[in-house]
Amino acid sequence: MTAILDVQNLAVRFGPTLAVRNASFTVQKGETHCIVGESGCGKSVTALAIMNLLARNARRDAKSIAFAGQDILAYSDRQMEDVRGNRMAMIFQEPMTSLNPSYTIGSQMTEVLRRHHNTTRDLAEQRAIGLMQRVGITAPQMRLGQYPHQLSGGLRQRVMIAMALMCDPELLIADEPTTALDVTVQAQILRLLAELKQELGLGILLITHDLGIVARVADHVSVMYAGEVIETGRTADLFANPSHPYTRGLIDCVPVPGKIKPGEALGSIPGTVPVMKDGFSGCAFRFRCPQASEICTQAVPRHEVGPNHLVQCHLPSRQGGAQ
Amino acid sequence: MSKTPALTLKDLSCTFHVQGGLFQPARHVRAVDRISVSLEEGGVLGIVGESGCGKTTLARMILGLQNPTSGEAFVHGQRLSELDRRARARLIQPVFQDPFSSLNPKHRIEDIIALPLRAQGSFEPHEIERRTAAILERVGLSTEQGRRLPAELSGGQRQRVAIARALILEPRIVVCDEPTSALDVSVQAQILNLLGELRRDLNLTYVFISHNLAVVEHVASEVMVMYLGRMVEHNTTARLFSEPRHPYTQALLASVLTPEPGLGLPDVGLGDIMPDPANIPSGCRFHPRCLKAQPQCATIEPLTSHPSDHATVECHLF
Ligand SMILES: Nc1ncnc2c1ncn2[C@@H]1O[C@H](COP(=O)(O)OP(=O)(O)OP(=O)(O)O)[C@@H](O)[C@H]1O
Ligand SMILES: Nc1ncnc2c1ncn2[C@@H]1O[C@H](COP(=O)(O)OP(=O)(O)OP(=O)(O)O)[C@@H](O)[C@H]1O
Ligand code: SF4
Ligand code: SF4
Ligand SMILES: [Mg+2]
Ligand SMILES: [Mg+2]
Repeated sequence: MTAILDVQNLAVRFGPTLAVRNASFTVQKGETHCIVGESGCGKSVTALAIMNLLARNARRDAKSIAFAGQDILAYSDRQMEDVRGNRMAMIFQEPMTSLNPSYTIGSQMTEVLRRHHNTTRDLAEQRAIGLMQRVGITAPQMRLGQYPHQLSGGLRQRVMIAMALMCDPELLIADEPTTALDVTVQAQILRLLAELKQELGLGILLITHDLGIVARVADHVSVMYAGEVIETGRTADLFANPSHPYTRGLIDCVPVPGKIKPGEALGSIPGTVPVMKDGFSGCAFRFRCPQASEICTQAVPRHEVGPNHLVQCHLPSRQGGAQ
Repeated sequence: MSKTPALTLKDLSCTFHVQGGLFQPARHVRAVDRISVSLEEGGVLGIVGESGCGKTTLARMILGLQNPTSGEAFVHGQRLSELDRRARARLIQPVFQDPFSSLNPKHRIEDIIALPLRAQGSFEPHEIERRTAAILERVGLSTEQGRRLPAELSGGQRQRVAIARALILEPRIVVCDEPTSALDVSVQAQILNLLGELRRDLNLTYVFISHNLAVVEHVASEVMVMYLGRMVEHNTTARLFSEPRHPYTQALLASVLTPEPGLGLPDVGLGDIMPDPANIPSGCRFHPRCLKAQPQCATIEPLTSHPSDHATVECHLF
């Protein structure tokens, strides 16, 4: 297996706020790697850090961010622009922020190709139409002339996916690509991504907070909490043997139709993700963890609980590595 | 005997005229097609259906943000089209799908939340301040976060802002369009519990659009299933989930991704092509994708039938 993306010790701060802390993970070619975690855990910031698209008040540090074997950490803005939207494409969490409201779908879709590859307008439009058909958009010719606000959320997201594929990327970073979609279209889009992964050997970094999606599409999962990767492993292993109390909490509170009684409160992990500041030490989950004890204020070790399955918690050591 | 419903929709329709490109004819998109339903005060109407089936357009008509092509909406017995903006804002408020584009990026959170109060023009500054602080706390945001800009919050935090802004005028009806789709399960639960509390305390009525069927099952008292602009099934929540009748409703329920690894993605036979609302199929509009289609389905539009109390379904099988 070859890695298309290898992130080592990524940290992102906004002033005193630590949004991402020492995060490491690897996306293999032809694999879907899911990052899962609650709101505010640093998932989007991680994606933006890889793309070097962070807000100006952000500071990014890492040991390395290797894309197809090249360390892109030191890339200049020019070099990064060549990579972005081209070999590495991103589908953003909020499609309306990345689609320009005053340009037609057609001009935005063809722009990337014309910018990176000098393609003629006709050829670029042909490719756009082909990809729109590929992602199940009817009447693509008409869509080219429409503006973003004229499309439903589902269509906009399909346009975003087609646009991301315009330049045949090797890595696709998809930030909550189906949150705005209904379940049938969600299944279609995820099937499409799975096919592209197989056909093109695409590596996919899929960010989601939906463990239903993770279970069904991921090859590998990294669970983030308060900016850290607290558990990572192959999907089957992680679900069969969720080893971090946070991972278990997340799995336990997925709403499943037919399982919740009317009037009954929805399952939830009490409390919220804390904002991390300089000088914090120990386990960030200890304020919400049912198994927290005194030792949890101390630096947390990482353990291997199985092949490629790592967890960052005091618990396994205390129980002598028990599962 | 019967009370005036909080919300009544009578044959509500909306057609968009989309200009064609060069050498292409204009097209007519029938986004919402003759929808009639009424909702009691304190009820929660869940609306589910495929992306592009017209849920947001219907919501915008209920909010008075989109004029219907035909039909009428009544809010607490009042014709919506006869209310002015401020009166409408006090009666009915939205929580939209995409919190980022609906929050002004240059305004601080507390100002965004207070805007509906200021727009009324009748609240004292200290009252505005008091209410803003109270609602911030209620949706779980800190005073410090209230002073930030939208870009400085995570997606989930921004959703709370949108909810706070909708609730600050204490409206009678709240129209929620995917209010929790950007939230993780635990925060989603907190927000839904909050919405539930406010509904009971203030006797609110909700229209609740969501593609998360487990959430709809939890919060809604009744559910409407839309397909290409039509309401194809409507029932109390419990019945709709226990005996879905319309083949589309059945496909919808079968598409839910439960957290079971190894099962892969369900293929419920709907195909990969999205239907085109500018080119609605003849007969039953679902027939090209329906696994149970009969010969007459391609030519004859099914009528609305009432297979049981409170239930409607639009399919030849019933
Ligand atoms: N520009 C910024 N300035 C200051 N803080 C920021 C900025 N952008 C993000 N943050 C903070 O960084 C943390 C991580 O945010 P991020 O958007 O990555 O969360 P997320 O995991 O993607 O959440 P969600 O599921 O809600 O999208 C949050 O606490 C957020 O408030
Ligand atoms: N302003 C507009 N001009 C032209 N067509 C529009 C406009 N607004 C919506 N439409 C079309 O009307 C149809 C219904 O769109 P709507 O946004 O109501 O769908 P939706 O059910 O909310 O979808 P989603 O679940 O993706 O949000 C779509 O085909 C859409 O392209
Ligand atoms: S280190 Fe302690 S507080 Fe953190 S998850 Fe493990 S047991 Fe819980
Ligand atoms: S009317 Fe016919 S095509 Fe339509 S849903 Fe019923 S069986 Fe299927
Ligand atoms: Mg995010
Ligand atoms: Mg919508």
